[in-house]
Amino acid sequence: MSNIKYILGHFDDPEVLMNGIDKLQKSNIKIEDVFTPFPIHGIENKLGIKRSRLPIAAFIFGITGTITAFSMVYYMLVHDWPMNIGGKPAFAFPDFIPVMFELTVLFCAYGMVFTFFYVNHLFPGRAPRVMDLRATDDRFIIAIDAKTNDVNAVDAVLKDAGAVEIKHNARKYISYDEE
Amino acid sequence: MANFDLNQRYEFSAGAKRWSIILLAIGILSVGYGLFSGHAERTFANLLLNSYYITGLCMAGLFFIAVQYVANAGWATALIRIPSAFSAVLPWAGLVLVAVIVSGLYTHNLYHHWADPDLVNPNSPKFDKLIEGKSALLNLPVFIGSITGFLIIWSLFSRMLRSYSTKEDQIAGIGMHDKSVKFSAIFLVIFGFTSAIFAFQVIMSLEAHWFSTMFAWYNFAALWVSGLSAITLTLIILREQGYFTWINDSHLHDLGKFVFAFSVFWTYIWFSQFLLIYYANMPEETIYFKHRMENGYLPLFWLNLIINFVLPLLILMTRDAKRNFKTMKIVTIILLAGHWLDYYIMIMPGTVGAEHGFGIIEIGTTAGFIGLFMWIMLTSLSKAALVPKNHPYLEESLHHDI
Repeated sequence: MSNIKYILGHFDDPEVLMNGIDKLQKSNIKIEDVFTPFPIHGIENKLGIKRSRLPIAAFIFGITGTITAFSMVYYMLVHDWPMNIGGKPAFAFPDFIPVMFELTVLFCAYGMVFTFFYVNHLFPGRAPRVMDLRATDDRFIIAIDAKTNDVNAVDAVLKDAGAVEIKHNARKYISYDEE
Repeated sequence: MANFDLNQRYEFSAGAKRWSIILLAIGILSVGYGLFSGHAERTFANLLLNSYYITGLCMAGLFFIAVQYVANAGWATALIRIPSAFSAVLPWAGLVLVAVIVSGLYTHNLYHHWADPDLVNPNSPKFDKLIEGKSALLNLPVFIGSITGFLIIWSLFSRMLRSYSTKEDQIAGIGMHDKSVKFSAIFLVIFGFTSAIFAFQVIMSLEAHWFSTMFAWYNFAALWVSGLSAITLTLIILREQGYFTWINDSHLHDLGKFVFAFSVFWTYIWFSQFLLIYYANMPEETIYFKHRMENGYLPLFWLNLIINFVLPLLILMTRDAKRNFKTMKIVTIILLAGHWLDYYIMIMPGTVGAEHGFGIIEIGTTAGFIGLFMWIMLTSLSKAALVPKNHPYLEESLHHDI
């Protein structure tokens, strides 16, 4: 028994899954995570998941891009090698704006994608880590930490809530490579 | 989910009626004051500004409905009767606009940059080759005819879409919806071309030597942002009065995203027009911005960018701000004022030039047009239920959650 790390309750219907979450929460069982093949409305609020901080990261990447572009253009066109373009002053700010805009978008887009990859442990060539393969197919899965909860009690609640299958996993993640 | 009274109707209360009549009376008095106190040109410029503004709001309402139909979008169905009421004002706003343009042309030579037969007469000392080159579009019959024609075509579409929507309330089924989608698509194609020429004629021809192909998009962006702000503000005020209880913060969030995105779009177009002219530095083009940087316009020129770009960018950037009814109310009021200023900077330098001002005429005329718009819009709103109860996407909209 002691080598069980996670209990996975499999459901085959999102409605039943949502009721199952309610029942577990009523029994004071802490839910580690829930995996579903498609997004379910309102599930984040039910599980109390905080909103992603990706927008904040996006803002910081964007403003970094703006500053980079401004410094770069300023250094090139005003400081290092001022040129007479159409009789305008070297520091012709309106001309800088398209470059600043583009680098803002570039930094923001790449920054967000790489942040997303980093947070989700997704790298090219790395097999994704999942707790159960069928969560990407046809099963709605509730994962519960077995170390901090009574396994038998959890099983009983899950069965009562209509779980079609209950798995006891000795490891947190399984890999696509293994099966 | 809560049960909503989906048969709720707006009742144009005595209080609201009184307010619109007071505003309208202020408007008429200040126009009268302007005309008889020797500020006739300035009054006409203001009449043009405000009638163009409210026509733009009505066009935005119609465009909003058409876009929702064509895009198969469901989220806005629960509030679609507000833009629908806006679009119902279009014939009246158009009538006022044409009346202002025609009376301005024949009494005060509102479009004096081109509306003078001597300018296109090769034997006259005032002959202007550039104006002659544009005379195919800028001559009185074509000018008045096309502006009136466009307004009539758009008004017909607004009547059509509105009548389908009210018919749908009586007879269930998908028939009216399919028809609306079809005619919305046709409208959008027509609108794309005609709104450009409309902006060229009504506003750009005030300074007929200057031209910019960006101007059509610039005007569209302005009317679309101000229209979205007006729709949002109307919705928020009516919700405060106990109507539209089914509108939740997700609907507001989507409207907020629209307002935010198109404020940035407006800036993008504004700047695209400015940068090309600044960079090319050709006198016949830069004169437009020179007129807007002298004679006391320079502070307004900068204020325009601050109100219409910096403020919405900073205030509406976060998700929480877009979901907050109070914040959105303040921002939409600021933006409505901001785009009034935007039109002011488009119109005044080419009409009254250094004689511009901000006083009784400006405030009073604007108040009058607000009253006029309120009266007709709220009357149209009260004529139908507040939700199209047989609309196929209504259920989706009531459950809107993002």
